[in-house]
Amino acid sequence: MAALAKLHPGSRAAAHGWSDLTIRNLFILPTVAFLIIFNVFPLIYSLGFSFTQYRASGNKPAEFIGLQNFRDLLADPGIWSNFSTTAAYVLVSVGGQMIVGFGLALLLNRKFPLKGLVTTLLLLPMMLSPAVVGLFWKLLYDPSWGPVNYALGIGKFEWLSHPTNALFAVAITDIWMWSPFVMLLSLAGLSAVPQHLYEAAAIDRASPWYTFRHITLPLVAPILLIALIFRTMEAFKSFDLPFVMSTASVETVAIKLYQTAFQSWDTGRASALAYIVLIVVLAITNIYVKYLNQVKER
Amino acid sequence: MAAVTTTGQRVGRTVALVAIVAAVLVFLSPIYWIGSTAFKPREVATSVPPTVFFEPTLTPFVKLFTKRVQLKEKPTAEEYAAAPWWEKAIYDGGERVLKVKDSPQMSQYPNRFANSLIVAIISTVLAVGMGTFTAYGFSRFKIAGEADLLFFILSTRMLPPIVVAIPMFLMYRVVGLTDSHLGLIILYTAFNLSFSVWLMKGFIDEIPKEYEEAALVDGYTRMQAFFRIVLPEAATGIAATAVFCFVTAWNEYAFALILTNRRAQTAPPFIPSQVGSGLPEWTVIAAGTVLFLLPVAIFTFLLRNHLLRGMSFGAIRK
Repeated sequence: MAALAKLHPGSRAAAHGWSDLTIRNLFILPTVAFLIIFNVFPLIYSLGFSFTQYRASGNKPAEFIGLQNFRDLLADPGIWSNFSTTAAYVLVSVGGQMIVGFGLALLLNRKFPLKGLVTTLLLLPMMLSPAVVGLFWKLLYDPSWGPVNYALGIGKFEWLSHPTNALFAVAITDIWMWSPFVMLLSLAGLSAVPQHLYEAAAIDRASPWYTFRHITLPLVAPILLIALIFRTMEAFKSFDLPFVMSTASVETVAIKLYQTAFQSWDTGRASALAYIVLIVVLAITNIYVKYLNQVKER
Repeated sequence: MAAVTTTGQRVGRTVALVAIVAAVLVFLSPIYWIGSTAFKPREVATSVPPTVFFEPTLTPFVKLFTKRVQLKEKPTAEEYAAAPWWEKAIYDGGERVLKVKDSPQMSQYPNRFANSLIVAIISTVLAVGMGTFTAYGFSRFKIAGEADLLFFILSTRMLPPIVVAIPMFLMYRVVGLTDSHLGLIILYTAFNLSFSVWLMKGFIDEIPKEYEEAALVDGYTRMQAFFRIVLPEAATGIAATAVFCFVTAWNEYAFALILTNRRAQTAPPFIPSQVGSGLPEWTVIAAGTVLFLLPVAIFTFLLRNHLLRGMSFGAIRK
């Protein structure tokens, strides 16, 4: 941490008590150290395992096999199918969230009675535990007595045991949970659109579609992009919902990772897969933070 | 807005209001279903067609907290008459409450709930405490490579839990931290710490530097200024950050599933595990779920003005 050692010359060095330099290091270094010990070190540890053949359930020591795990993984059609399942899931669920969430925001972006209460109630799903709520969606989707089939009048439709249906069923639950998030961000974006632009458009007799297309959308777009990247990243990592609702049918990368590591106990291979996932997530995080900072500066 | 509204606008407004009501009903119906199932008699919970109106009962909650066995023979009239209301409810269902020396035995649920409380509260205090100091450091002092350090801190939050859980599982096994409260507390603290730094930095950035500078001129040390000026000003932010951290730890599933199984197991992995064992009693699971979701529902109302800020890691303020 040599970079930390030199303090900005303009800052006030206190004449008594600890110096600003001491305080700064005291405040920041423990957190950085804690995160290095409990996040970075474990990842270095598992990087080591990714080059070995090792079963955490057995007694044999790890055996170095170089890049074999990575080669096997990239040549395994099963893994590619996990990635394409995940991609399909991300597409359906994030796409749905963007449409439903932005739609809700357009609806709520007006004055009406009990607005505060209605908004808060709509936000409730995203605050609840996905594992526990997902369990009850399983009940709602039950083919023989679930209220979903009854309400839709579609007989004994198999939501969760058929792979394609299950993907949509889990995505619908995810849309239910996270559309409120997109709505919340969109509402913030909509409320920041200057009112005089709409007034000018009204004077020019612009059509509602034209106003939406050329005023609302461009001004809300940056914030929608943030919602899109964040939800894409979260959906890519999806574990709780598909795991609790339909492990067998919706095999996302995260579920495959869990199975490889804690059911097949193929620790070396799981560590390698974890690294592939990690690189994807860090790439998306990088993009996310870039846009986050851009919006912040506005 | 023009003072005169046309018929078209009025129709549009009515349509929008109807759509809002419909959206609220659709979004709340799953939550209503969980809530109502917790108060349903057993035979109504999985009826065809689904039952919407029924006479509520507290029996699921009694079952949630007690250990029970099938009745071999009916209780005598005196036994039944002497039993409190909750025991009668169990008798009525053809079961009896297991007792040791007259005191009813508890199910595993209270223990799992307590584990959730212990782990969530302690990890929240640690994450918010450390996070507030660090956020102050980032907010007030020049730091070389500040943007990179902040990105590093945030990126630890974005790591998929399963990716971190694999090495943590192996390491915890070596040091004996699997299935321990401490093990989960450390992980949740690490997970929430980055969030807490980012959110608190936003809150502290908003407190004018001049407050502390005036205090420093008055002879306060930097530490005194931090504790007496900055912390009280940041109180709302600290509270909001704490609630977010608590909710995250309270809801966390993947780490808890992998790293705990009995002693330190929290409610999120415990509640779904009940479904696996035999014929699930949905009313009892719903009762446990309602008690588990209740704190978060209350916090959502308390937090409603800070949700946007928390969800965007402090980037968007309102």
